[in-house]
Amino acid sequence: MLSPEDVQKVATLARLKLSEEELEQIGHQLGEILDYVAVLDEVDVSEVEPMAHVADVFNAFRADETRVSLPREESLSNAPKTDGKYFLVPQILENA
Amino acid sequence: MEFTPIIGLEVHVQLLTKSKLFCGCPNLFNPDNPNVQTCPVCIGLPGSLPVMNQEALRLSQKTAMALNLNLANFTKWDRKQYYYPDLPKAYQISQFDLPFSYDGWVEVTLPSSGETTKVRLIRAHLEEDAGKNMHDESGRGGDSKVDLNRTGTPLLEIVSEPDIRSAEEARVFLEELRLLLRYIEVSDCNMQEGSMRCDANVNLHVHEDGEKIPTPIVEVKNLNSFRGVEAAIEHEIKRQIKAWETDRKRIGDVPKETRGWDADRGQTFGQRGKEDAADYRYFPDPDLVPVTTTDEQFDAIRATLCVFPADRRNSYVSDLGLSDYDASVIVDQGREYADYFDEVTSVCGDGKQAANWLTQDVQRELNDRKIEIAEFSILASVLGTVLQKIVKGEITIKSGRAVFTELLAQSDDGSDVTANSVDTIIADKGLGKVQDTGKIDIAIQAVIGNERNAKAVEDVRGGKQQAVGPLIGQVMRELKGADAGSVRQMIIDKLTS
Ligand SMILES: [Zn+2]
Repeated sequence: MLSPEDVQKVATLARLKLSEEELEQIGHQLGEILDYVAVLDEVDVSEVEPMAHVADVFNAFRADETRVSLPREESLSNAPKTDGKYFLVPQILENA
Repeated sequence: MEFTPIIGLEVHVQLLTKSKLFCGCPNLFNPDNPNVQTCPVCIGLPGSLPVMNQEALRLSQKTAMALNLNLANFTKWDRKQYYYPDLPKAYQISQFDLPFSYDGWVEVTLPSSGETTKVRLIRAHLEEDAGKNMHDESGRGGDSKVDLNRTGTPLLEIVSEPDIRSAEEARVFLEELRLLLRYIEVSDCNMQEGSMRCDANVNLHVHEDGEKIPTPIVEVKNLNSFRGVEAAIEHEIKRQIKAWETDRKRIGDVPKETRGWDADRGQTFGQRGKEDAADYRYFPDPDLVPVTTTDEQFDAIRATLCVFPADRRNSYVSDLGLSDYDASVIVDQGREYADYFDEVTSVCGDGKQAANWLTQDVQRELNDRKIEIAEFSILASVLGTVLQKIVKGEITIKSGRAVFTELLAQSDDGSDVTANSVDTIIADKGLGKVQDTGKIDIAIQAVIGNERNAKAVEDVRGGKQQAVGPLIGQVMRELKGADAGSVRQMIIDKLTS
């Protein structure tokens, strides 16, 4: 079971706003998932190299060549707000 | 109060690839045309997959070699999660626990003391750059604009140990780093355009009653000029001394603070930290497979490296007999300048002569014309030919300058000047050194015998050597290429013995 504080932190990092009930409910659910995965803790992996990738494949490269990019209109077409040149987002606060 | 400033730098440099790190969009600085260099991969549309640009990795590994870093035979990429408008995927592909290089150093020499120190490097890793946010400056809370042209371009992060002890050392470290990366042609390191960016971690070790007390670490972000780096650190040291004297806070008493630099006011200012910024929840990127590099492949990259600036300075001093100062002036102008110097030296056979001309005559012309050595109309082989004639004693330095001036005049008129032009100019202007003493003798006799010079001749006879000047001048005008020193000696000999 995760504490409400832990759940709140994860929610904040994911930019999710959760009600008190949701915090409780999701804390419960996340706890169950973690318990389920905790079975893996029983395996002795002290002699096993950490795995970097599930596929046994290395060195997938492409040559340094340019391709045609999207036209600007298309690039901006999913933007919630745009002035036709830029993506527009609510003001970002840099200074305290 | 006794204290030592403790400074570590985090430097980001953009690599000179044609395309971005994981897609084929162009890697070009293009602020006037926002959002025209994007594709589904770099703006993170669902279903797109990144593929590593091999040249970006090669340039990174080359850089690591120049920075004395150890190279990893096995490396991988991880996702660093955070939300920010310039990061469309909401994660940055970066490197966490297995960077491609680690444990290196850069040697720097401080101009103020001449002292040479080694700044150790913790690591260099390869990641993708973010886009660019532009904030509404009106103060009315307008929208911020986001340009994603830069998103996903290859970025090298170089992290130093906190080995730097002064603002000057930080600046010199950065300058040496830029010079090195430009020599090996991996980045243009243009701080104004943001292809080199620097963050500084600064705190103090206060020495009190035999105890060394570290003060809280402050990260000064987004320093975008060499002058700015030096000034911001100087300011931050002073600010932290005051802070220690008023609140005596030690490291750990407060969370790490992030500050910005206001170049106009010359001070750092507090910034709102990203919430929970430290929790990036890295994990291996499942879209990218790990990369292995063999030692043979490293050797092949190593073979493409040029002589580094530091080695070049040393060899100019020990092999060519240049002063430390001249060696630095030449090397610090950049690789093309040093290559030009090398060619002039090899043609004329005298490094000191070449250095004199490069640091004076050539430099003056470049400054006056506001051009780089690559645009200079007198090729190294041509200047080398002029200097060779001086070295061999065929023309005087003064005649060499006349040839140089004429070469410039001819190329300004649109002609290509070559080594042959040098011979033609010397012949046409009669600048060849007059080595026939008989001819000089006759000219001297004529000048001494001229009634106009009777007074000067008397003066020299009477021991007033400065009176010899006008006589030398007349002889030289008669003969052009004669060596003034020997003419002077011959006149004095004739009149006083
Ligand atoms: Zn792209």
